[in-house]
Amino acid sequence: MELNVFILFMAAIFTSNILLTNFLGMCSYLSVSRQIESSLGLGFAVFFVMTCTTALNYVVYYFVLVPLDIVYLQYIIFIIVIAAFVQLIEMVIERLSPVLYYSLGIFLPLITVNCAILGVSLFMVIRNYSFIQSVTFGAGSGIGWLLAILALAGIRQKVNDTFVPAGLRGAGLSLIITGIMALGFIGFSGIAVIQ
Amino acid sequence: MTKKQIFINSLYHENAVWRQILGICSALAVTNQLMNSLVMGLGVVFTLAFSCFTISLLRNYIPARIRMMVQVLIIASYVIIVDLFLKAFLPDISKALGPYVGLIITNCIIMGRAEAFAMKNTPLNSAIDGIGAGLGYAFVLLIIAFFRELFGFGTFFGFQILGHWWTKWSIMVMAPSAFFMLALLMWFVYNVQMKNKKD
Repeated sequence: MELNVFILFMAAIFTSNILLTNFLGMCSYLSVSRQIESSLGLGFAVFFVMTCTTALNYVVYYFVLVPLDIVYLQYIIFIIVIAAFVQLIEMVIERLSPVLYYSLGIFLPLITVNCAILGVSLFMVIRNYSFIQSVTFGAGSGIGWLLAILALAGIRQKVNDTFVPAGLRGAGLSLIITGIMALGFIGFSGIAVIQ
Repeated sequence: MTKKQIFINSLYHENAVWRQILGICSALAVTNQLMNSLVMGLGVVFTLAFSCFTISLLRNYIPARIRMMVQVLIIASYVIIVDLFLKAFLPDISKALGPYVGLIITNCIIMGRAEAFAMKNTPLNSAIDGIGAGLGYAFVLLIIAFFRELFGFGTFFGFQILGHWWTKWSIMVMAPSAFFMLALLMWFVYNVQMKNKKD
């Protein structure tokens, strides 16, 4: 599949944002977006893990699963790769930088069950991306996710003081804000669209 | 709790989507068509019921430190069954659902029920709890899909209901409407539940 890497990168961030158009990674997006600092921490962790696991899963898929003809095991293998990678990173960070560990460490276990991470790997297979394209797509999606959670955290901090109907407080309001954000991101559609 | 109470509780009072805000990703992604939602819902019911049953059966043998890993692997095995089944018998829907069938693995409802219920209760009760939570999830999916498909395409399970006079709301097919519909549904349910509490 011929697809300009730069266009793919832009599309992954804006027009095909992993969260706003593909609805992936919603759980942690809704629960961790109360403060800008924690959103930033989780966003960076997602970006980093997403980029690395997409690369790893690409290698595992095309050099292990396809030759051995066990493609149907991709779900199990992908999730093991992701979990193992997160575990490894957690140990490395704990040893090398305790400060980073305490700011990032609590978010790392959350990431294993963040469906956006597994989703990017699955999209990569379905859309037949090359290695470079996969990594670009992973990095772009990570940045897109970071952008979305940061925007929501910023808006929620402002909205906290205003009047909100009782039934809409919490998740309901976040969803409406997200919907309006998704509407805004559709405005980027002129750049590029990936299927 | 009796078996009936467990079922009603996880179906309605503690409904995974509107009460615990879990498993929203797929709830939003597949709801532009009723058929996709129905298949997805049934897939989740199947996976939830059997993985809760299996995890509960093995709960005394799973080491506490690696329990997440074991749970994920059990869930993944059932998801593969669902995926292969769909590929074999409903290839069109399998294509339309795309990666979202595989993403049942990371659907937090299943992990949530496994952690909160199946690890502490008997296999049969866990399966009932799983079916309740799964049906609650499917129910939410179908409500949202009903409105999105009706207004977006003018159809009901693919049958044309609204005639040519109907102007299709293309926004209902696109992503933002999923967020708005779920928010409205939550608003409605919270108000009903709050009113019930007062009475």
